[in-house]
Amino acid sequence: MCGAVAGGPDIDGIDATKEAVIQGIVTSDGQPVSPAYVRLLDASGDFTAEVPTSATGQFRFFARPGAWTVRVLAPGASVDRQVHAAVGEVADVTVTV
Amino acid sequence: MSRGDVLVDAAWVESHLDDPSVVLVEVDEDTSAYDKGHIRGAVRLDWKTDLQDPVKRDFVDKATFEQLLSDRGIGNDHTVVLYGGNNNWFAAYAYWYFKLYGHDAVKLLDGGRKKWELDSRELVTDVPDRPKTQYTAKDQNTSIRAFREDVLEAIGQQNLVDVRSPDEFSGRLLAPAHLPQEQSQRPGHVPTAKNIPWSKAANDDGTFRDDEELTALYGGAGVDLGKDTIAYCRIGERSAHTWFVLHELLGVPNVKNYDGSWTEYGSLVGVPIELGDGS
Repeated sequence: MCGAVAGGPDIDGIDATKEAVIQGIVTSDGQPVSPAYVRLLDASGDFTAEVPTSATGQFRFFARPGAWTVRVLAPGASVDRQVHAAVGEVADVTVTV
Repeated sequence: MSRGDVLVDAAWVESHLDDPSVVLVEVDEDTSAYDKGHIRGAVRLDWKTDLQDPVKRDFVDKATFEQLLSDRGIGNDHTVVLYGGNNNWFAAYAYWYFKLYGHDAVKLLDGGRKKWELDSRELVTDVPDRPKTQYTAKDQNTSIRAFREDVLEAIGQQNLVDVRSPDEFSGRLLAPAHLPQEQSQRPGHVPTAKNIPWSKAANDDGTFRDDEELTALYGGAGVDLGKDTIAYCRIGERSAHTWFVLHELLGVPNVKNYDGSWTEYGSLVGVPIELGDGS
């Protein structure tokens, strides 16, 4: 792996006009982090979904519109990011651990 | 039955890596996870190709299960320790499946693959070469498996525990938020079901909460543990996690997992469905 690709995974093949997408990448010192686990928490802080990062440190959720927290768990680290999702939009998040 | 009979931690697994009476089994939603690395000595079970009938929607029959375990080198006397990704969803599903076919000595690795990885413990890519066995399964123990008729009869009578996320329960989403939302069945939940997401039973690292917290969780949500209970989700894997909590950790009798779950119930013609956040 030679450096992180900016942004989330390629959106090709997804009809993003119908989905509220939250996606992004987890990096450490500019390098993608894998394994890391990304949890999606709703406005009440309740767990909604979790995915492991890909080999390139990337992740994606199909959420409902609204406010969310993205929580990243990596070895020795836990980082939260606030995100807003809307249908037809791709919310891109970069999380550094 | 105590927690130690059904749940082991990473230190226990590490000290039993070379124990010939123990077989580690990885079961993932992402079945390629095993190829990227697994706990040394672990064999893989594919929840889709190994545990589902290839034609009809049902489990493999007893003879196929026997052949599967024999081929994987799992014998009747082995202690099977299951672990996997997604906070042990599919490992818990496999645990329930092993119990369904009568294997007594089954345990889950607390925290599953996630905690193992977050602790930076060793994963290897070598696939073990286990000698074949002659595994003999029992007939399915349907006292732990619910069918659609059981669910309909349970409305307003027994505990129905819907362990999906609040958005799936209310009908706002049809599938978990990390999956595309294109299913065709109706959204909502079984009337009178209580929504207690599986995730409330687990800590961030995937380990189970302690018994006191778990008892308070279900009691606080209005589940009368003195009554019979059916747990369901979308395809029966998250509810296997909750079945494990109720039946195995808390020792609640008469808990069934409805593996048809919402993908079956939400597609049935004429059955009652409730929308919204429930009572």
